[in-house]
Amino acid sequence: MTDNRTYTPRRAFVKAEELSKPREKLNLSREKIKLDVQDLRLQYGKDEALKGITLGIPEKRVTAFIGPSGCGKSTLLRCFNRMNDLVDICRIQGKILMDSQDIYGPNVDVAELRRQIGMVFQKPNPFPKSIYENVAYGLRLQGVNDRRTLDEVVENSLRGAALWDEVKDRLQDNAFGLSGGQQQRLVIARAIAIEPEVLLLDEPASALDPISTLKIEELINDLKTRYTIVIVTHNMQQAARVSDYTAFMYMGEMVEYGVTNDMFTNPKEKQTNDYITGRFG
Amino acid sequence: MKNWFRSGTPWIWLTGGAVALCLVMVIGVVGLIAVRGLSHFWPAPVIAVEIENLQTGEMRRVLGPISRTETVPAQVAADAGNYIPEDRLDTLVTRYLFRVGNRDQFGADFVWHTDLGMREFEYPAQVLELERREWGNFYGYPEALLVDGEEVLTADHPDFLPGLKDLVERSLVLHDDIRQIERGEVGEINRQMEQLRRELRRLDLNDVTGMARTEEEARVAAERARLDAEYDELRADLDELYASTRRDTLRMRMSDDRTVSIPLAQVVRVTQPNNMSVPAKMVEYMDRFWTFVTDEPREANTEGGIFPALFGTVTMVIVMSIMVTPFGVLAAIYLREYARQGPITRAVRISVYNLAGVPSIVFGVFGLGFFVYFLGGNIDQLFFPEALPRPTFGSPGLFWASLTLALLTLPVVIVSTEEGLARIPSTIRQGSLALGATKSETLWKVVVPLSTPAMMTGLILAIARAAGEVAPLMLVGVVKLAPSLPIDGNFPYIHLERQFMHLGFHIYDVGFQSPNVEAARPLVYATALVLILLIIVLNLTAISIRNHLREKYRSETD
Repeated sequence: MTDNRTYTPRRAFVKAEELSKPREKLNLSREKIKLDVQDLRLQYGKDEALKGITLGIPEKRVTAFIGPSGCGKSTLLRCFNRMNDLVDICRIQGKILMDSQDIYGPNVDVAELRRQIGMVFQKPNPFPKSIYENVAYGLRLQGVNDRRTLDEVVENSLRGAALWDEVKDRLQDNAFGLSGGQQQRLVIARAIAIEPEVLLLDEPASALDPISTLKIEELINDLKTRYTIVIVTHNMQQAARVSDYTAFMYMGEMVEYGVTNDMFTNPKEKQTNDYITGRFG
Repeated sequence: MKNWFRSGTPWIWLTGGAVALCLVMVIGVVGLIAVRGLSHFWPAPVIAVEIENLQTGEMRRVLGPISRTETVPAQVAADAGNYIPEDRLDTLVTRYLFRVGNRDQFGADFVWHTDLGMREFEYPAQVLELERREWGNFYGYPEALLVDGEEVLTADHPDFLPGLKDLVERSLVLHDDIRQIERGEVGEINRQMEQLRRELRRLDLNDVTGMARTEEEARVAAERARLDAEYDELRADLDELYASTRRDTLRMRMSDDRTVSIPLAQVVRVTQPNNMSVPAKMVEYMDRFWTFVTDEPREANTEGGIFPALFGTVTMVIVMSIMVTPFGVLAAIYLREYARQGPITRAVRISVYNLAGVPSIVFGVFGLGFFVYFLGGNIDQLFFPEALPRPTFGSPGLFWASLTLALLTLPVVIVSTEEGLARIPSTIRQGSLALGATKSETLWKVVVPLSTPAMMTGLILAIARAAGEVAPLMLVGVVKLAPSLPIDGNFPYIHLERQFMHLGFHIYDVGFQSPNVEAARPLVYATALVLILLIIVLNLTAISIRNHLREKYRSETD
C-alpha cells in the first residue's frame, strides 16, 4: 500500500461538509477531563498491545478512536470499563483516572465501575428476553423491581435511544424479533437505562446498514449532551461526522490526538495524514 | 466409470443406502414387536376338531384356538413323537399348536397336533373362553349356572350369557373389595403393629427401666389389643366376603365330555369368541389391552397385566431425573464456568466422559456395594435401629436403583450441559457484565436460562438410556414380583426403600424364567411394545419441553 508509483495520493476521504459543524471553537486544554489515561501499558502474554498511552477524554464530548485493525483502539476502550479483566493473560500497567479516582485501584468495585461506564458492542447483543426485560435488566440487577419505576425508566431509555415509537406496542416481544439497527439501539437503551456517566461504543454501526448507521449517529449526537462518549470506529467519515475529538492510534501507540476538524483538515503527523488519505490501513 | 466416481454419485448412494438400512432395521424391530405383541389381545376363534389316531383308530376331540402353525418334514414330526405312517415319512406335514387350556384337567395347556387324521375345523358358537385367576384359560361348552348349588340358568336359556357376565362382574367387585381390605386396612393395621414392635424394641435399645418402661409397655399392650380387635372385625368381614364369592359356580363340559364345576370367584373374564361380531371383538380387544396395561400380573407373570412394572419404571425414571439433572447441571457449570481450565480440569472431564462407557453392570455392582450396603446400612444403623436386623434402606430398593442409574447417566447430562454452555456467545455474557452484573448474576440470569434446551437434551438422552437399562437394576432393587407399589395410600405414601418391578426386567423374566413358555411368548412382545411406547412418550414429553424452551430463548446463534 505504500507503493507510490501506481498510486496517486488523493485528497482526504472526508469532505468538508462531513466534518462536525463548526460550533464554538473546541480546545482540548479548556475541557474538563473525565477519563485521564496516564502511560497505560497493556500486555497479552508477551505481546504488548498498548505501549504507553496518555490522553484525556473530555466530559460530555464525543471522542473517536481511529486507526488500522490491531492498533489497540478497542483494547484501550475495553480498559475503561475493565473488560480486559476477563482475559486471564492480560497485564496492565499505568493508570486510568475517572474524576481523579484510579479505576484500577485496589478498592474499586468492578461491577459498580461498569454501571458508571456503559458499553455497546460491535454486534448487537440483546438478551434472549423481551424488549422490556432487556432494558430493565440493569435496574433489576440493582434490586429495582417496582413496576412503576421500571415502566418509567424503560420508556425514558427507549425514547432516549430513539426506539420508543417503533417498539412501544410490543414491549413484551422477544428482542430477537427486532432488526439489527433496532437491536443496536435497544442495546444503547439498555446501557443508558442505568444512567452511566460514560458510554463506550465499540464500532457500534459496523454491522448495520447505512440507514441504521445514520440513526445511530444521530443518536450519538443527542446523547452527547448527557454522557461522555468514546467511540471506536473504522469508518473515518463516521469519526468526522460524530466526534469532537479524534485520537489516531497505530501499533499500540497514540500517534495524534486533537480536535476532529483540525485533524482531518490539517494533520500534524505524516502517519495520520497517510491513514486519513487512505495511503495505508 | 471414473467419471461416475468423481461425480460423487456413489457417495449419495452409499450414504442414502445407510439411511435406508437403518430405517429398515428400526421399522423391522418395531413392526415385529408391534405385530406379535398386539395380536395377542385379539379374541381368536376357538376351533373344535376331531382327530383320528391313525395308529389305533381312536377318535379324539380337541377344543381351543390355534396359537401357531408350522409346516415341517414328516420325519421331524415323527421324531417329535407323533405317529406318522411309513408311506408319509418323506412328505411334509402341517402341525398346529392348539391352546387347549384347562391345565388343571389336562396337565398341559398347549398341545401340538399334525394334520394327519384331522377332520374339518368347526367353530361351535356356544364355546366359552374363561380367563381364570389360576391354571390359565378354560375352554369348554357351558351347561348351567349354579347359585348355592342350585341350578338357576341352563346354557340354552337366552339370558344365560348376560346372567353369567353379571355374576362374574359381581365376583370381580367382591374380589376388589377383598383386596381393598387386605391391602389398605389390614396393611395399615400391620404397619401400626410393626410400629408398636419397634417402640418396644426401642425401649430395649435405650435401656429404659422402671416406671417409664412399665407405663410404655402397658400402653403398647393396650394399643395392640385395640388393633387385634380391629383386625378380628376385618377378618370377620373378609370371611363373609370370601364365603360370598364361593356362592356361584359354573358347570362346564370339556372337549372330552367330562363336566367340571368352576367357581366364579376364579373367573376374571368370559367371552364367546365364535359368537362375536368384528366390532364386538374390537371392543374386547381394547378392553384386554387396557387390562394388560392396568392390571397386576398373575401366575408367575405369565398372565394378567404389567401395571406394577410400568409404574415402577416410570417412578424410577422420574426419581432418577430429579436426582441427575441438578447434579449434572451444577457439575457442568463448575467445570465450564468456574474451574481453571488446566490439566486437572481436563483429566476430570475425560474421566467423566469415560464414565459413560463403563458397562452398566459395573454400576450395578457399585450401587449394591456402596449405596445399598454402605449408605443404606449406615442409614439403618442411624435412623432405623429398632427395625434391625430387618433392613429398611439397607436392602435393594427404588431409591438406590434410581441413584445408580443417575450415576450411570450423569456423564450424558454433564456433556450436553457443557456443550450448551460453551455455545452461548461471549458477546451476550459481556453484554451482561458491561451492565454491572457480576459473574454469578450473568450466569444465573442469562447463561443458564439460555442453555436449558441443552440441559433438556441431556435429560432426554439420560431418560432414554435409563428406561431401557436392566442389568444394574437386577442388583439394586428390581424384583420379579413386588408385593406393593412404591407409591400407595399407606403412610408415608412414597416408599422409596421398596423393591419394585421394571418393564425391562419383566421382559427378561417372562421370556426366560417363566414356567409356561407358550403362554409367556406373546407377553414378551406385548411388554416390549409397552416399554418402547413408554420410552417414546417420555422422550416426546421431554422433547416438547425442550422445543418450548428453544422457542423462548430463541437467538440468532441457534
